Amino acid sequence: MGFEVLFKGKNAIRLIAGLGIAMRISIISVAISIFLGIILGMLMSMKKPIINAIARVYLEIVRIMPQLVLLFIVFFGISKMTGLNLSAEASSIIVFSFWGTAEMADLVRGCLLSIPAIQYESSKALGMSRLQTYVYVIIPQIVRRLIPLSINLITRMIKTTSLVMMIGIVEVLKVGQQIIEANRKASPKAAFGIFAVIFLLYFLACWPISCLSRYLEKKWES
Amino acid sequence: MDPDILRSYIPMFSEAFLLTVRIGWIGILISLALGILCAFILYFRIPAASFLVKCYVELFRNTPLLVQLFFIYYGLPALGIRISAEVCGALGLGLLGGSYMTESIRSGLEAIPYIHTESALSLGMSRSQLFSSVILPQAFYISIPGIIANVIFLLKETSVFSAISLMDLMFRAKDLIGLYYNTTESLFLLVVFYVIMLLPVSVAGSVIEKKVRYRMFGD
Repeated sequence: MGFEVLFKGKNAIRLIAGLGIAMRISIISVAISIFLGIILGMLMSMKKPIINAIARVYLEIVRIMPQLVLLFIVFFGISKMTGLNLSAEASSIIVFSFWGTAEMADLVRGCLLSIPAIQYESSKALGMSRLQTYVYVIIPQIVRRLIPLSINLITRMIKTTSLVMMIGIVEVLKVGQQIIEANRKASPKAAFGIFAVIFLLYFLACWPISCLSRYLEKKWES
Repeated sequence: MDPDILRSYIPMFSEAFLLTVRIGWIGILISLALGILCAFILYFRIPAASFLVKCYVELFRNTPLLVQLFFIYYGLPALGIRISAEVCGALGLGLLGGSYMTESIRSGLEAIPYIHTESALSLGMSRSQLFSSVILPQAFYISIPGIIANVIFLLKETSVFSAISLMDLMFRAKDLIGLYYNTTESLFLLVVFYVIMLLPVSVAGSVIEKKVRYRMFGD
């Protein structure tokens, strides 16, 4: 079936290290996205017309442009237009943060707007200051809604980072191809084994995170 | 940007555009059919089958399309199962989309409160009447926003088809950049064609969503 290639030399470790590269890119991008997304989401919930107009255009661009197109624009386009030599990894982090920030901002905005106005009014009536209202009333509720959703964003980010092989980063799929090519004569069925293992590796990386997100959502629902 | 180059590239891009759109929509139709089937299996708790559906949904929701396509296109032929790139693209997209559609439709079906079932049964409706005139119409409207989001997501995912050597928009752009180094023009046309492909769907999606919300909640 082609699984024996995995046990030759360091093939299995190389594959996992390849997944590690994809994971590193996604973790850095998620961290940037969550930070910037929260700021942008808060700005958007203030209902200032100019900010909202800009944010809507930005969200619509992210909504309709495939991430791979954005990757191509940054990786090939920017270096051609500005002469700047961005590494493939830097461009992928820029693109995934650009995309993730929009997604995160939309989530934050949705959560903020879902808090009924009566809660702000009640806090005021109870004599709470603005800071107290946010710290004791609004933020605890938002965090509970936001955490499952942002964990979900992490799995989507991990899945999307598989695209980086298309701009030449040697991650798990590329390593898999290299292993298959190197063993073409010795084990011609390696393609099946390697790609099945990569399939499983991605599943094992994302599934626990999805389960955690679903569990937290259920737990905090009531 | 050189207008002559743009003009000479347009026919190549339109050809790739038609291919991308065709395979994309075939994949979406497959995913809808698969999603409806799987959601019904889950809703009616058909033993064995619903366990298989759960495994399928988890497996395909938690892996990237690129990996799925590589597995189908490069992995399966090693076992003697050979499929053409076009079929593989549509099939891969359909399988990925099917798992997302299943979730949207199932949550629509399950969002109907149990009291509707009880009321319908106490009014003397048969099981099939209950399902076709109480549950389905409501579930349809509830699942629409999710289905539209999935359609847009799937159309965007078509961009990875170039990995299995389908001559789609990405493939064209990369090819032309490599051949003539007219990066700006190629990327510009790439963006334009993706906007043509997705903007109408996105706009139509928001309109339909608004109509549905109006029908359901009246605001």
